[in-house]
Amino acid sequence: MTDNNNGVLVVVEMEGNQPIDLGLEMLALARRLTDSVGGPVTAVAFGDGLETAGEVLISYGADQVLINDNNAFSNFHAEAWLPDLSKIIVEVAPAIVLVGHSDAGTDLAPRLAFRLDVDVATGCEAVDVINGRPHMTRGCFGGLAREVVTFARSPAIATIRSKSQEALTPIIERSGEVKHVTSILDVNSIRTRVVKREREKAVGGVKMESAKVVIGGGLGLGGPEGFKTLNEIAELVDGAVGASRAACDLDWCPRSYQIGLSGRTVAPELYLAVGISGASHHMAGCGNSKTIVSINSDPKAEIFKSSRFGIVGNSQEIMPALAEEIRKLKA
Amino acid sequence: MKIVVCVKPIQNPEIPAAQFRIDEEAKVLIPVSGLSPVLSPFDEQAVEAALRIRDRAGEGSEVEITIVTIASKGARAAIKAALALGADNAVLLSEPTFDGSGGYVTARNLAKTIRTIGQVDLILTGRQAADWDAGVVGLGLAEILDIPAITFARDVQIADGVVTVQRVLQDGIETVEADLPALVTISNELGKVRHASMRETMRAAKKPVKEWIPEDIGLDEAQVGSSAIRYELERLYIPVNDIECEFISGDSPSEIAATLAQHMREANLI
Ligand SMILES: Cc1cc2nc3c(=O)[nH]c(=O)nc-3n(C[C@H](O)[C@H](O)[C@H](O)COP(=O)(O)OP(=O)(O)OC[C@H]3O[C@@H](n4cnc5c(N)ncnc54)[C@H](O)[C@@H]3O)c2cc1C
Ligand SMILES: Nc1ncnc2c1ncn2[C@@H]1O[C@H](COP(=O)(O)O)[C@@H](O)[C@H]1O
Repeated sequence: MTDNNNGVLVVVEMEGNQPIDLGLEMLALARRLTDSVGGPVTAVAFGDGLETAGEVLISYGADQVLINDNNAFSNFHAEAWLPDLSKIIVEVAPAIVLVGHSDAGTDLAPRLAFRLDVDVATGCEAVDVINGRPHMTRGCFGGLAREVVTFARSPAIATIRSKSQEALTPIIERSGEVKHVTSILDVNSIRTRVVKREREKAVGGVKMESAKVVIGGGLGLGGPEGFKTLNEIAELVDGAVGASRAACDLDWCPRSYQIGLSGRTVAPELYLAVGISGASHHMAGCGNSKTIVSINSDPKAEIFKSSRFGIVGNSQEIMPALAEEIRKLKA
Repeated sequence: MKIVVCVKPIQNPEIPAAQFRIDEEAKVLIPVSGLSPVLSPFDEQAVEAALRIRDRAGEGSEVEITIVTIASKGARAAIKAALALGADNAVLLSEPTFDGSGGYVTARNLAKTIRTIGQVDLILTGRQAADWDAGVVGLGLAEILDIPAITFARDVQIADGVVTVQRVLQDGIETVEADLPALVTISNELGKVRHASMRETMRAAKKPVKEWIPEDIGLDEAQVGSSAIRYELERLYIPVNDIECEFISGDSPSEIAATLAQHMREANLI
C-alpha cells in the first residue's frame, strides 16, 4: 500500500444508532482534507441496528457510508472489528484514515496500522495536507511540545483528539451512497473474551464532553468534600465536573472524572480550574477550552499562564461563595 | 512462567515546564543537564504488575521476570531501577542510533529481541511511553508476535494459563481475558509502585543483564534505528501561549465570587 489516493476514510463510532460527536467532528476534518487530496469522504460505521446511520453521516459530510450492521459489533471489540475494517480500507484505498482518539480508537488504530503495514499518528490535533502529503500535528512530552510528522506509506492513519475539530452543520439534503458490508469475521479468530462490562453513569446527567461549563477540581480542593460544592455549582449551571489525575488517584472523586493526557478531553465554553496546578498532562485535556478561569492559592501557579481570568484565593472560601452568587443571579 | 516487561528509559516527565527545552532546528529534545533517565512511569507500573503476579503466585513459584529495553545510552540506570524493584534479569538491546520515536521500528526490534529470549508467557508494556506519548509499541508488538493484546490494565491476574485483566474505560471497567501467551498494556490506575527495598537494591547489582547489539540477534543495519524509520519528523516545537491572565480581585470571597458569577452571566452561562 503506497499509492492510495481515494479520499479520506473515517471510522465513526456509534452509540446505539447515533454517531458520537467525535465521529462528526472527524467528518468535518475529512471534508476539508478531501479539498486537497481529492476523492470521496467515506464513513465506516460498525454497530447493531444502524438503519438510520447512513443518512445522518451523509448529512454531516460523508459521500459514501459503509455500514457493518451485526450484533457482534454492538460493543467495541478490537479483534472483532479488525478483519472487516482492514479489508474495507484495502478496498477503498484512501490516502488518509481517521480514527477517534477514544478508548476504542486508541485500542484499534495501532493494531490496524501494523496489520496494514502502514504508520499511525496518535492523539492528533490537526491534519493538514501540504504539497499533497498529510501532515499530522500531535502533542508529545506530556503536552509540553508538538510534533508534525509525515509518513512514507499510505494510508496515513491518525487518531484525532476529541474537540480538536468542529462538526459541520448537518445538511439534510446532501446526497450520498449507503452500502452494507458483508462481514468476513470468523468469530473463532477472536482471542480476547470480554467477561464483564461495568459502566459508571454520568453524574448530574450532563456529559463532560458536551457540557458548556466544566469545573475541574484538583488537590487544592483539600479533600473529597470540595467536590460536593463543585457538583452543586455544576448542577446550577447545567455543567459537568472533572478532575486532575492527582484527585482521582486519591479517590476524592470517581475515576471517570479524570481530564488530561491519560483521561478525557473537554473543550467547553468555560473551564473552571479549581485548585489545579496546571501540569501539561492536565492541560492536554482542557487546553482547547474557549475560556479558562482558574482559582488557585498560589499566584505563581502554572495554570494562570493558560487562563483568561485568574483568582488568587482559597477554593474552600471562593467556591461556596460562588455557589451562593449563582443562586442569587438565578433567583 | 516467564514474564517480559518492556521498559523505556526517558527524561523525567514531571520536570517543571520552564525546564523543558527543545532544539527546533535539530528537532530534538535538549536534555536537562544533570538529570539521569528514569523508567517511563507506566512502564514502572508494568514492572509492578509483574511483581504482583509473582507475589500472588507465592513463595517458591516459578515466575521469572525479565526486563527488556532498547536504548542508545543511559539505559543502565533505568534497568538497575527495574531490577531493584524485584525483576530477575534484563536484556538490553543497545542501539547507537536508536531515536525512540518510531513505534514501527521499536515494535519490530522488540519482537525480534523477545523471540530470541525464547518462550515467553506474558508481555507487559506501558500504555504509552511518557516522552512521545504514542501508545503504539505494545499493540504493534502483539500484532507482530501474533498474540492477543489487552490494553489499559489496572489489574492483571494469571490462573491456569489465562490472563484476566480489568481494563480502564473512560466511563467504566471491562474485564477481559485471553489465553497465554498474551500482551497487556498497563495504565496508571494500576496504582502505587513499591519502593525498591534495601535487599533487592543490593541484589540488583548481581542480577544478570545481557547486552545485545542488533547483529547478535540477526538484525542488520537497515532494520534498526534511524535508517529503518518510515516517518519524517517535519517539525518539533513548544507551542506559544499568548493568553494574558486578568486577575479578579476583591475584598472578600463573596465579592470575588460575585464578579466571576457576573462574568458567567454576561457569557450566557447562567
Ligand atoms: C505520563 C503522565 C500522565 C499524566 N496524565 C495526567 C492526566 O491525564 N490528567 C491529570 O490531571 N494529570 C496527569 N498527570 C499528572 C500531572 O503531571 C500532575 O501531577 C497532576 O495534574 C497534578 O494534579 P493537581 O493539579 O490536582 O495537583 P497539584 O499539582 O498538587 O496542584 C494543586 C494546586 O492546588 C493549589 N492549592 C492548594 N491549596 C489550595 C486552596 N486552598 N485553594 C486553591 N488552590 C489551592 C496549589 O497551589 C496547586 O497549584 C500525568 C502525569 C504523567 C507523568
Ligand atoms: N525503547 C523501548 N524499549 C523497551 N520498551 C519500549 C521501548 N519503547 C516503547 N516501549 C514499550 O512500549 C510502550 C509504549 O510505547 P510507545 O508506543 O512508544 O508509546 C512503552 O510504555 C514501553 O513499555
